[in-house]
Amino acid sequence: MENAVVVDNVAKRFRLYKDKHRSVKERVLHPGKVDYHELWALNGVDFDVPKGTTVGILGHNGSGKSTLLKTICGVLQPTSGEVRVRGKLAGLLELGAGFEPELSGRDNVYLNGTMLGLRRNEIDAVFDEIVAFSELEQFIDTQVKFYSSGMYIRLGFAVAVNVDPEILVIDEVLAVGDERFQRKCLDRIKQFQADGRTIIFVSQSPEQVRSICDQVVVLHHGEMVFHGEPSEGIRIFRERLNESDDGPVGASVVDGDVVQGTDVVVAPPMKFVRVTAGAPGTGGPVATHGAAEFSLEIQSEIDVPEVLVTLELISPLGIELSKVRSDELGLAFSLHEGVNSFIFSIDSLPFLDGRHQVNVGLSTPGEGGLFVWFEQAAILEVTYAGKSEGLVDLEIEGRSA
Amino acid sequence: MAETPPIEAGRSQKASRSLTGDTSGVRVVASSVTLRQRFQDLMRYRELLGALVRSEIKVKYKNSALGIAWTMVAPAVQLAIFGVVFGIFLSNGIPDYLIYIASGLLVWTFFSTSLIGGTGVIVGRAGIVKKVSFPREILSIATVGSQAFYLMLQWSVLALFMLLMRHAPDWSALPLVLVGFATTLLYAVALAVLLSAVNVYFRDTQHLIEIFVQIWFWMTPIVYTYQHNIHDRAVGKWFDFVNWLYLCNPMTPVILAFERAIYGRVTVTNTLTHQPFDVLPRWPLLTFYELLLGTFLVGLLLLAFAVRVFSRLEGNFAEEL
Ligand SMILES: Nc1ncnc2c1ncn2[C@@H]1O[C@H](COP(=O)(O)OP(=O)(O)O)[C@@H](O)[C@H]1O
Repeated sequence: MENAVVVDNVAKRFRLYKDKHRSVKERVLHPGKVDYHELWALNGVDFDVPKGTTVGILGHNGSGKSTLLKTICGVLQPTSGEVRVRGKLAGLLELGAGFEPELSGRDNVYLNGTMLGLRRNEIDAVFDEIVAFSELEQFIDTQVKFYSSGMYIRLGFAVAVNVDPEILVIDEVLAVGDERFQRKCLDRIKQFQADGRTIIFVSQSPEQVRSICDQVVVLHHGEMVFHGEPSEGIRIFRERLNESDDGPVGASVVDGDVVQGTDVVVAPPMKFVRVTAGAPGTGGPVATHGAAEFSLEIQSEIDVPEVLVTLELISPLGIELSKVRSDELGLAFSLHEGVNSFIFSIDSLPFLDGRHQVNVGLSTPGEGGLFVWFEQAAILEVTYAGKSEGLVDLEIEGRSA
Repeated sequence: MAETPPIEAGRSQKASRSLTGDTSGVRVVASSVTLRQRFQDLMRYRELLGALVRSEIKVKYKNSALGIAWTMVAPAVQLAIFGVVFGIFLSNGIPDYLIYIASGLLVWTFFSTSLIGGTGVIVGRAGIVKKVSFPREILSIATVGSQAFYLMLQWSVLALFMLLMRHAPDWSALPLVLVGFATTLLYAVALAVLLSAVNVYFRDTQHLIEIFVQIWFWMTPIVYTYQHNIHDRAVGKWFDFVNWLYLCNPMTPVILAFERAIYGRVTVTNTLTHQPFDVLPRWPLLTFYELLLGTFLVGLLLLAFAVRVFSRLEGNFAEEL
């Protein structure tokens, strides 16, 4: 398949100077003294983005996500390797980054649009649409310095999506703005996908990634530890997130999988062997307001005095419905060598119909604890005969008073 | 943070992955790109240049009462000072001295403000440089562009003034203005591009250039005449060398050309002694063109060098700012 973006073995080194010698005086006084250490913010990152796919980039803070996006956008040049981009690319590294506060919204639309590679007459053609999308009709001739941050963001996003890019690069910008506008942006992104355009998308939120992306790249300390299916990527991201920085890398590998990357792979001391979800006893579909049971079988090679078990439920549309951990429920679990069984139960399940995804996790408390995550461990099928719409049935009652 | 060595063996097995067969329209982000690619990128973004120049001009006068008229005030005051000092107190006897000095000073002011403004532009617009991707030289070039716009306004006022004074330019030499302006523009762009990049790493550049421009101003025959001060004083076998050295200043041929075309007189009558004397060298017009052409060609080399240096330094802008 044709690739829209090729990230070819990209590495980026930052030099962190102890103090920056910028003035002549200091350079003359301390000629030889260049005190810095190196940081590889990206190292051997190598993947393709086929045209028309949406790739999510996951990674904890400081893992190099922004650095990677900046390299793809051409704001930063890689220290080695290269990025090849085919087609017009619009980068949303920061909404409204190119705005000139003294100028009006109208002038800024033109300035920002040309900065993203549009011609004047092309902007003329989409100008009304930009204004409509940003909902700033009354303020478009006001100087941007008088805008609220929300207005700023709306205008920035409106320009970026209307420059008609073939490739859209978005850095966590969806985390800002009010919820209604966020949804509007997400709708726009979905429309982009439907049009067959390519999106590269950074997020800290696995839920967003799950609902939007076709592929996931997971970065960990600047290295690409995974590239592939979102659900697997999210699992690996979750484990890395919980992993302590000073603990041995790779100590928390799950259900026998070999984690891709360069880390040492240590055999897992415990893993999930069977996870089921459904009606108690039968394990079949659960009716709304019926009872449900989740049973987890965990095999351990060692005795563990205290473990925390996490249960997460995801709606068919990728929304996190509930996430609980055993200690929060006041439960104390321990593992013995061999197979252990745990059961979570719900008396009256409020969810409406659909195939809900069940994710489970297992961790040991404290710094440097182990963490095992099992994404898509089971499916909880719910049937519903009522008329309510939405995610849950609240059994609302009414009367006239 | 641990120092991780780069993965050397990582040269991918898919090393020859291509986007598609042909490579047109493919943008490459790497630690170095060719000069040709650089100029192609610049061409693609020429509309941005216009937009930046327009916005710079708009921003400058958005909140001022006199608006665009301010561009006239500073050079007018400067002209008046030189006019009073060298036209009256220390009179040098040049008739219509105001026009003589205006013909060089306006274009010099364009050049020097372009250099000073251009040097600081990348540091000054760090917000954009760190977040939006486009060939960053455009920011430096746009500074020169807006200065060129002010120069045009100032020149129009000068033309009006000359009409009032009934001082005609030398019409036959007027194309020199075009060639001279092209040369000045070339040097202004090349130096602004070069210095704006250097200034990111070496912030003193900004201060150094302000001082240097002062010295440069007096090394160029704007206030005084080339004829009086260089031609007359350099004698004997040193003449050629000093003269040659003086002409190495690229602004000398440019300013001489402007004076030749706009002031338009080579031999004039001294207003004090009433003796005829030369304010400009008696070269045929062709010599002016030759000098400008040579200067222009050197300027092209300088531009190529500047863009080269800029693209080398650009890679670390986002982290240095
Ligand atoms: N301009 C810079 N100079 C030095 N170090 C930087 C710079 N930008 C980022 N870094 C470092 O590179 C690493 C990756 O950062 P970043 O890409 O911002 O991560 P993320 O976006 O995943 O949070 C961090 O350790 C950060 O400190």
